[in-house]
Amino acid sequence: MAVRLTEEQNLVLNMGPQHPSTHGVLRLVLELDGEIVVNCKPVIGYLHTGFEKTYETKTYYQGVTLTDRMDYLAPLSNNLGYALAIEALLDVEIPPRATVARVLLAELTRLASHLVSVGSHAMDLGAMSVFLYCFRERERILDVFEMCSGQRMMTSYIRPGGLAQDLPPGFEEAVRAILEVMPARIDEYEALLTKNDIWRDRTVGIGTLLLDDAIRLGVTGPSLRASGGDFDLRRDRPYCGYEEYDFQVIVGSRGDVYERYLMRIREMRESVKIVRQALDRLPGGSHITSDRKVAFPPRSELATSMEALIHHFKLATEGFRVPAGEVYTSIESPRGELGVYLIADGSSKPYRLHVRAPSFANMQALPVLARGGLVADLVAIIGSLDPIFGEVDR
Amino acid sequence: MTDQAATEPTQVEPDPVLVRVREEFGEQVLDSAVEHDQPTFVVDRADLLRLAAFLRDDPELRFIRMSDLCGADFLDVEQQLNRRARFEVVYHLHSFDLKRWVRLRVPLDEDDAVVPSLTGLWPAANWFEREAYDLFGIRFAGHPDLTRILMPDDWEGRPLRKDYQPPREPHEWSFNPEEWQQAVQRGS
Repeated sequence: MAVRLTEEQNLVLNMGPQHPSTHGVLRLVLELDGEIVVNCKPVIGYLHTGFEKTYETKTYYQGVTLTDRMDYLAPLSNNLGYALAIEALLDVEIPPRATVARVLLAELTRLASHLVSVGSHAMDLGAMSVFLYCFRERERILDVFEMCSGQRMMTSYIRPGGLAQDLPPGFEEAVRAILEVMPARIDEYEALLTKNDIWRDRTVGIGTLLLDDAIRLGVTGPSLRASGGDFDLRRDRPYCGYEEYDFQVIVGSRGDVYERYLMRIREMRESVKIVRQALDRLPGGSHITSDRKVAFPPRSELATSMEALIHHFKLATEGFRVPAGEVYTSIESPRGELGVYLIADGSSKPYRLHVRAPSFANMQALPVLARGGLVADLVAIIGSLDPIFGEVDR
Repeated sequence: MTDQAATEPTQVEPDPVLVRVREEFGEQVLDSAVEHDQPTFVVDRADLLRLAAFLRDDPELRFIRMSDLCGADFLDVEQQLNRRARFEVVYHLHSFDLKRWVRLRVPLDEDDAVVPSLTGLWPAANWFEREAYDLFGIRFAGHPDLTRILMPDDWEGRPLRKDYQPPREPHEWSFNPEEWQQAVQRGS
């Protein structure tokens, strides 16, 4: 292959889209002066699947399955963001059991997602064992998702109106068992990384993102908080009753790769706290709204109630109708502000549904962080931004 | 969003954001409303830059973060959904101080779908505008690199338009290494 040089005799190098350290299918076109990155242009779209177009042809119920596939490491967060947007327009009452379970599951999702993030980030920088330890715990969380929904990743468990089905027997014990071991396990990851000289050499002072730049570039989530941005939607625009939980918003100051790693570790500890509180207060009752225009009737009613049968038929064939209007709701996904902008026209399908994917916005910071650094550090920076390309490309 | 944030019209006490913008812009704002705690302003593209800059810089408002930007196509339903033109660009701005979001909607006619770019105010707008350009064909005047972002560069048509016809044949993927150099020199 011919070597390509710019006018300044800089090397133009293509990285990705199948490079293992690019977390999926990110392609970077780099302009290099020796090992120094002079310029970096991300090329995205390799996983573009046209979700936003597809939503327009699916009923609101069918659309749930698409949400899993955007941020595939945090499917329940996506389910939740989608459900909240629809519920805001529907104006339905969500039973308390479903609301608390949603918080619980969203925080378990955050744990699972941060585990992958920390683990794969460490692996990118050569610390293979952290990856294996992180995945050990993640598997147990996925076991819980499987108990609930029958699926480890594509859960589709949080639905408009509540949950797909009630939490299964043995759910509480399984989650408690995870809570039991998790704090010590997080200590283990920290023992391997936080004070590890090699890890610190590769991450401290690398890829520093200033707070002003972070805000101007639309960065959210742990990456914004690492730069000192004190912003967390769970606290600043609470949904699902997050204001009733006791947790800290972890904020850093330096904004380098190391701090972004540290944010995720400390957020995991907070998530453990929230899951425990949610589990302690998990009320009984129904898992889904009793509004039969939105939720399927229980199977037991179908044999005896004509009305239930009609509702079931209508929901299965046509879906429920959402009143015309528009709403923008957002939740704090593991990667930042996951926004859903929904325009409804009164039919049973979204007229337009736009997803504000946190990874998409966060990726815009990559060229700013990469410029002036080494190629090897670029790998550390990508990992620290934790992009998920299902979500970037949608 | 929980139940208490339902569609209560805030007639009793006018929304402070609404009041502040009306003071400053008066009739230039074509339409305004508050739904689900989100003030919405419909504004002509000629006033967009000034309104956006005002929302960002006004010491009482400080909507300093661009949260989201997207396009929308209202082909044949403009009347039904109360829209002024076929296309719209919708902006969501966020204020850390007020802990609120504001929505700007800019109607655009089909034959003249051009709107000033906000990349000068928020670099974050860069990719969002490219996405709207890519999927709707809305042009952003003054954008530093208005190219397709999600679809291949040689794709025909704007997929999120309501009258889009997907190709019947599979797309022939092309790859031209010469483009790397141009790409990196355009910057991101």
